[in-house]
Formats: sequence, C-alpha cells, structure tokens
Amino acid sequence: MQAFTTLTGLAVPLDRANVDTDAIIPKQFLKSIKRSGFGPNAFDEWRYLDHGEPGMDNSKRPINPDFVLNLPRYQGASILLARENFGCGSSREHAPWALEDYGFRAIIAPSFADIFFNNCFKNGMLPIVLKEQEVDLLFQQVQAQEGYQLTVDLSAQTVTTPTGESFSFSVDAFRKHCLLNGLDDIGLTMQHQDKIRAFEDQHRQAQPWLFN
Amino acid sequence: MAAKTLYDKLFDSHVVHEENGAALIYIDRHLVHEVTSPQAFEGLRLAGRKPWRADSVVATADHNTPTTGWEKGLEGIADQVSKTQIMTLDSNIKEFGAKAYFPFMDKGQGIVHVVGPEQGATLPGMTVVCGDSHTSTHGAFGALAHGIGTSEVEHVLATQCLVQKKSKAMLIQVDGQLGHGVSAKDVALAIIAKIGTAGGTGYAIEFAGSAIRGLSMEGRMTLCNMAIEAGARAGMVSVDQTTIDYLQDKPYAPKGALWDQAVSYWRTLVSDAGAHFDQVVSLHADDIAPQVTWGTSPEMVVPVSGKVPNPAQEQDATKKSGMLRALEYMGLQADTPIQDIAIDKVFIGSCTNSRIEDLRAAAKVAQGKKIASNIKLALVVPGSGLVKAQAEAEGLDKIFTAAGFEWRQPGCSMCLAMNADRLEPGERCASTSNRNFEGRQGQGGRTHLVSPEMAAAAAIAGHFVDIRNI
Ligand code: SF4
Repeated sequence: MQAFTTLTGLAVPLDRANVDTDAIIPKQFLKSIKRSGFGPNAFDEWRYLDHGEPGMDNSKRPINPDFVLNLPRYQGASILLARENFGCGSSREHAPWALEDYGFRAIIAPSFADIFFNNCFKNGMLPIVLKEQEVDLLFQQVQAQEGYQLTVDLSAQTVTTPTGESFSFSVDAFRKHCLLNGLDDIGLTMQHQDKIRAFEDQHRQAQPWLFN
Repeated sequence: MAAKTLYDKLFDSHVVHEENGAALIYIDRHLVHEVTSPQAFEGLRLAGRKPWRADSVVATADHNTPTTGWEKGLEGIADQVSKTQIMTLDSNIKEFGAKAYFPFMDKGQGIVHVVGPEQGATLPGMTVVCGDSHTSTHGAFGALAHGIGTSEVEHVLATQCLVQKKSKAMLIQVDGQLGHGVSAKDVALAIIAKIGTAGGTGYAIEFAGSAIRGLSMEGRMTLCNMAIEAGARAGMVSVDQTTIDYLQDKPYAPKGALWDQAVSYWRTLVSDAGAHFDQVVSLHADDIAPQVTWGTSPEMVVPVSGKVPNPAQEQDATKKSGMLRALEYMGLQADTPIQDIAIDKVFIGSCTNSRIEDLRAAAKVAQGKKIASNIKLALVVPGSGLVKAQAEAEGLDKIFTAAGFEWRQPGCSMCLAMNADRLEPGERCASTSNRNFEGRQGQGGRTHLVSPEMAAAAAIAGHFVDIRNI
C-alpha cells in the first residue's frame, strides 16, 4: 500500500449529500477481475452524457460539461470535498479504487458511510471527517477561489487552507500508523498467528459445531 | 457480571487480540461471491498465501449471473466479461477450496444471503462476513454479520480475522401488532424514515420488541438486510424458538448431540435485561402503514396513503436541494398522491424479498389476476434454486405466469442490474429490492421500493395501491 504523509493539492467540491457507491462506480464496471483502471469511470453517469460500458474508449465519449469534476478549473484535483454520508450503499471497494485511480488521495466530508470509510484506508486514501460548519466554509472558499489548494498533514492531523487557517481531525491510531507507513494489514495480522491459533483451538473446544 | 447486549456477547467472544482500541476478531463464516472476490484471491496468489481455513468459506455466483438462457449453460452468458468473472470464481474455489460451493446453475445456487441461511451455513453466535454490504441479513440469526471490502475479503481469507473497532449499540424496539398487509419490509422502511440513512452509522442495531418476535425468520432477514440502508453495518435479532426451529435439519446445521449442545449455547444469545444501549428508538407496529419510496434514497419514503413531499416545506438547504434533485430524477411532481403514480416494470426479488414467504405473499395477491396493460415487464426472481424448487412445488410459478409475470432463474438480477435485467432510462419500477439510488436498476431508471405484496398489487393495478384495501 502507498503511504500517506502530507498532501497539498487542488480541491474539488461535490455538493451533494448521500453520494452512494453506485454513483461513484456504476455496477457494469464491477465485472472486471482487476483492481485498477476504474478511474476513467469514476462517477460515470454524472461525468459522461452517454451510457458507459467496460471496454469503451472513454476519451471519445461525450462529457457532461456541467458536472463539477469536468470543469477546467478542477482538473488535476487530488482532494475531494463532499457532503454528509459520503460513500453510502454497497461495500464495493471498486469505489475507493476508482477515486484513487482518478487521482484523489484525500476526501473531506462531515460524515462517511462505515464500509466505504474503512475501504479508503486499505488503499492509501485518507477520509477526513470535519465539522459541518468547517466543511461548509471549505465549500464556500473553494467555490470562490480558483486554484484553491488544501494541505493535509496526517501526522499532525490537520487540514490547512491557503490562508493558513487550520482544522484538526481525528483518526484512529492503528489506521494512522498503517497509512503513515504504508503497511500491509495482512502482514501485521500475521504477526499474531500464534494468538489466532490459540483462539481457534479454544473456540473449537467451546463450539465444535462451527468446525464440523 | 455486567449485563451485556447481544452485540457485546457476539463481539467479545470473538476477540483474538486488542491493541490501540482496535480488535482482531475471529471470523467463523466467510461468504464469497464472484464480484468482490477475484481481486482478493489474486492478492493471495501474488503474495503466495493460502487461506487460513478454507472450510469457513461458502461460495456462490449471484450478482452477475443471467436469469434466462440456462439451457445453454455457460455459453448462454452473452456478456463475455461477466462469463469470465463467473468462471474466475470457479477456478479460484477449485484452487483455494471451500466448505461448500454452489456454482452457476447448481440447484443450491442463489443470492449469497439467501443461500447461507437456507443451507444452515449461517448459525447463531457466528461472526459472518461477505464482500457485500447486505451481509447484515445474517444477523437475523443472532449472528454478528457485516459487509466488508475486497481488501478485507483477502485479509479474512489469509488470517481468518478482521481488524474491527467495536461499534456503539442501538436498540430499535418495535412493539405491537403489524396490521393486515404490513410486512417486515414496511417496518424496515418505516425505521429508515424515522432515523435516516445515516442514522445507524457507527452503530450495530438490535431489533427487538413484540412485533419483531412475531416475525418469521424470513421477515427478520428482510429487516436485518435493510440495517445497512439505515447506515448500520450490522443488524441483529436475539435468538428464540423461531430461530431454532428454522435451523433444525438444515443441511449444514449441526446434528444429533452437537445440535443439542449448540442449541443450549444459542439460547444464551439474547441481550441481558438492563444491558446498556447507546441509543434506543421505539416504534409502534400498529402505526406502520405499507411504505413506498418516492426518491433516490431509502429515507425518501412515505406511507402508500401519502403524497410525494414538497421541497418548499423543507427548511434544511442540503436536504431541500437533495429533494429537488430526486424529484427531477424520478420525474415526479411534489404533492402527487402515491397511488396516482403509474409504473412500467415490476421486480420481485433480491436478498431483501426473494424468499419463499415473500413469493407466497406476492402470489396470493396475483392469484387469478392479470398484470395491467401498461406493465412492460413484471419479473419474479427467486432468491435461490431451493426457493425456486419450493415455489414450483407449491404451484406459485403457475400463478405468476398465468397473471403475466415472468418466472426467472435465481440471482441478484434487477436489484443491481449487472446482468441483462434492467430498467431503461425513464422507466419506473415497483421493486422489492433495497436500494433506489440513481441508476441502481439501470441508468436513468426510477425505482420505488415496496414489499412483495405491494409490488404484486401494483403490477395488477398498473400503479401503486394500498394493499390494505384489497
Ligand atoms: S440481491 Fe441486490 S442487494 Fe442483495 S446481494 Fe444481490 S445485488 Fe446485493
């Protein structure tokens, strides 16, 4: 997994609540057996005017000029500013894969759906929860100022605006550690093999039918 | 000892290790399907890892399988990309092993959340995971069940464990008697109307109360299935006699002395009196009417006797703009009576409502009737091969086809429209599934979530009707 330490990047405001994983990556792209290449189809139904299918040449498709990600001023954005309950719906990890492949490394919202939130960390992407008023303020600023960049510092747990105003966020210690160091979860868990074995033996004694 | 919630009991009894506020919990049952597993198996292969315990895995193909053309076998799958995904599951299971595998067209194949319980592969007290958010369904058995992403699928395959933080506990208490024509689906939607789609975020929900005790296992599964639509990763119901009766003699349920031993443990899987919940929500069953969603989120729902709400009356700006967007997407005018909304298609299926009881309820409404002339397609998609066989043994298929419904092969079908079953842009559907998001059932498609009896009644009338008046 790629590590995440600090990031300074262009922010793009996606001003809708309850953005679901079906919107982030529509189901037809879930037929792939790979974990890369979903970026061009992130927000497919909002981003293009035609119906997208896997295997299409996306560079030839008609784009929706009104969709915020398509506005010239937001090209190259790496921070997604979103509204409440972002990433609700399905558990598809294709959603963070698509956002990451598109170029996002951090998402800021007042709240996230649990599974999506969790999936982000597994892919070197940082979901940041700020207070509703703080997110409102960022929305206002990013819309008012072209080229608006934010700086995210994971170790300090802060988001800083171009004027130097700083907001802090909380992040679970374990996840922070993994993300800062780009650690592979499986490798970490395997360090506890003996404990898992011991638990398993005792569990088998107590509930043998589970191992039948 | 302090009084514990069912959730405490399930969580605490699976903790292998704790560090920095995160726990490593042991997973008893890992359900696998074709869409979210290929990258996980590939990850194992690349790292040279083996599954920790292949006999915890129960696999089936469901999301992407066609519901017609089975006579041609695999060749009947016109979409080559889908076919590759289904065949990839075959080869992965062959390579890595499983306790049980119900491949495409097997008589036990079906939606993973229908298959697990009906095979007795989901048992009380288990931790159950699957790369699918509706894994919450299995909590109906007094199990701790939740959806995980593909990285976690790989993690569970490799280590039999999952890194978890304990959630807060919410009790949703539904007391009283459900009225005629009111089903578990309506209870689920009424709960979401009350707490919102993010109301359960960060919580594990336990459903309790006399109305819940009165539900069959099928009904409890419908309810727990929709816990995720209320934002909760896990929903659950304490074990009682209904749970135990359902499991007796299921293929993978314990037998003989082991059964007796298991049952005596299962009976302890209830929240203790006085256990602490971080939040308690109460509903009166008698107040719940059949529900119909009008918008693009399950919380955009009203009783069938109601009207499409008017954004002019909403104070919150974000909510208001969401409502305006939803009305535009849904092609609806504010203040339209729900029963005036005409529909184009009907879908009876999905892991929410495709079990035998759901099909019986819908068939009862359709019996001796014909679907309305404006209905372009009415699909009945049983949840599994076993449900299909049972329904056919009871003659339900005949009732449906005589009424003009199509009777299909099992799978997820038009719940997510990955296969050929979908809405065309602008088409309006009465659906028994769980999500009415934009594009969920096909790009530009308009979904109204309802119960099976409400969907069948809408198919007959051509528009929504109040099932209580039939
Ligand atoms: S029926 Fe629908 S919700 Fe259920 S597992 Fe299949 S796609 Fe997911």
